[in-house]
Amino acid sequence: MSDGRVLGAYLVPNQPLPCMAPEQSPAWQSLHDSYAKVRAEIEASEADLILIFSTRWVSIIGHQMQADPEPDFWVVDEDFHQFGSLHYKLRIDADFAATYRDCAKARGLEARTVAYQGFPIDVGSISALKMLNPDNRIAAGIVSCNVYSDRAETLVLGKAAADAIKQSGRKVILLGVSALSNRMFTEWIDPQQDRIHSLKDDEWNRKLLELLGEGRLEDVSQLSREFSRQANGDSKMKAIWWMASAMGQTNDYRGTVFDYQPVWGTGAALVGLTPAKNLGGGLEYDEDDTDFFRGDRNVLSTAKQKEVKP
Amino acid sequence: MSEPGRIVTGCLAPHPPHLVYAANPEQNEPRSSGAGAWAPLLEGYARLRESIKDKEYDVILVHTPHWKTCVGHHLLGVPHFEGLSVDPIFPNLFRFHFDLQVDVELAQAIHDEAEKEGLVMNMMRNPEFRVDYGTITSNYLVRPAFDLPIVAISSARTYFDYSDEAGEREMLALGAATKRAVEKTGRKALLLASCSLSHRHFTDEPADPEDPSFEHIYNENQSKWDHHVMNLMQTGQTRRLLEEMPDFIAQANAECRDGSLTWLLGAMDVPNMEAKIHGYGTVIGTGNAIVEWDLAAAEVQA
Repeated sequence: MSDGRVLGAYLVPNQPLPCMAPEQSPAWQSLHDSYAKVRAEIEASEADLILIFSTRWVSIIGHQMQADPEPDFWVVDEDFHQFGSLHYKLRIDADFAATYRDCAKARGLEARTVAYQGFPIDVGSISALKMLNPDNRIAAGIVSCNVYSDRAETLVLGKAAADAIKQSGRKVILLGVSALSNRMFTEWIDPQQDRIHSLKDDEWNRKLLELLGEGRLEDVSQLSREFSRQANGDSKMKAIWWMASAMGQTNDYRGTVFDYQPVWGTGAALVGLTPAKNLGGGLEYDEDDTDFFRGDRNVLSTAKQKEVKP
Repeated sequence: MSEPGRIVTGCLAPHPPHLVYAANPEQNEPRSSGAGAWAPLLEGYARLRESIKDKEYDVILVHTPHWKTCVGHHLLGVPHFEGLSVDPIFPNLFRFHFDLQVDVELAQAIHDEAEKEGLVMNMMRNPEFRVDYGTITSNYLVRPAFDLPIVAISSARTYFDYSDEAGEREMLALGAATKRAVEKTGRKALLLASCSLSHRHFTDEPADPEDPSFEHIYNENQSKWDHHVMNLMQTGQTRRLLEEMPDFIAQANAECRDGSLTWLLGAMDVPNMEAKIHGYGTVIGTGNAIVEWDLAAAEVQA
């Protein structure tokens, strides 16, 4: 029987600056240094796959899984091009990508693998892998963030990841590449003076980190809509929904907040979650749970097709 | 003294990569089936090319929704780019080998004029920067030879970070700055707003992406809005169009929220002339119009 399982999960920033130019800001340097602690944990684990959900890879046609076994290209950030280019050569687990695609389809999702020379792998994934897996010792997988998907669809995508992990026998570290609050400064700042965009964003971030530090991932997942409304959460906090779902929707984790800093106004945190028994306490579920995706509900289109009789 | 520059023609020139795919140019790696799903738009672009073929212009300016910038408005600031552009959303359709020149002097002039308007502006000087597929697609469809320099302007996130109204004000100011820069540098410019109208996509795709039986507008609401907006353009009611733009954006998920159309209207001084609709059609559910404001012809008539 397959012993595939999730060994742990990490939430990591969506911005490349701590990777590209740490020396320019004490906050970015702090994150850069804290990445080393996370890297050490991952290296000490038995992981044979790092599976990434990145809010910086946006898709429209369902969910895309990177399947080029050795992508070799570069990326230049749309905003921060003056900080240079990130050249990369990755090791991708193409077999797992195919398994994940098939498991996603089995749960009703539109999904496909992509493997094209020159495909622009997103700057969030590249930064995370450069900081946490610089020598490609562990194979990686990357899944996109569908722009239209909401909580239900993202939960199903997370459950499909769990199916694929079990089926493939991989021992997996999950990475959610996502900011917390995602308000950026819209003008040039002195990186030395970088700070969270507003006190309110900072307060919400700290509340979320308090829960994550207690390992209460499912509570954070349940809170994500409110957080996003209040603090402009990154992509509705889909990365949290995906991680929580892929890990079984519990609060039973040992949580570690490695760091929390601003990156150009956004809330950038390094958080680790390791499965642990009986730490979570009671759960209060307000949100619905979904196992199978039944497609977009195009209400107006449906109404047009059916004759409505008084 | 050299003649002052002017905007010759302004166009709404949407950028679905599907249209490049369907045209099967040698620069694009994938080959289409030719099943014809997007024929009305390809025909519309052919009519636009015919309409502008005898016009005198020496630079093409494009405002692109697919270079999204949070820190102000950015312009390409490197004279030459070449490479491979793979669309991250439709990589099965668009893997285009591009080679294009940039009018850096004009880009810098727009940068400087817009800064005077109080806008946050940036020149992009990294030679490894990957030019976005919106810029490439609109340019290819309007002038496939890529034999004129371009200026590419990013889409700042003002609408998303602040409000649609704030975004509109900023894009009108950027448009006015663009006009002044064109005039001061003596350029004869063709302007492209590289955006769709309604912009709700289907999230799945048929086995043959060009299958015509799959293609239709996402829903009736989007279609009605698109036709209303095109009617305003056709009847010269651009002021009213701007007044209604926030509603259009909100109710039809319009890609105009990326600012391209309002930039174009601002650069043309919000003309009350009747626009020519060269084509309208859907691509994976989105509404796309190819529209021309022939400023040069209007000048002659006046």
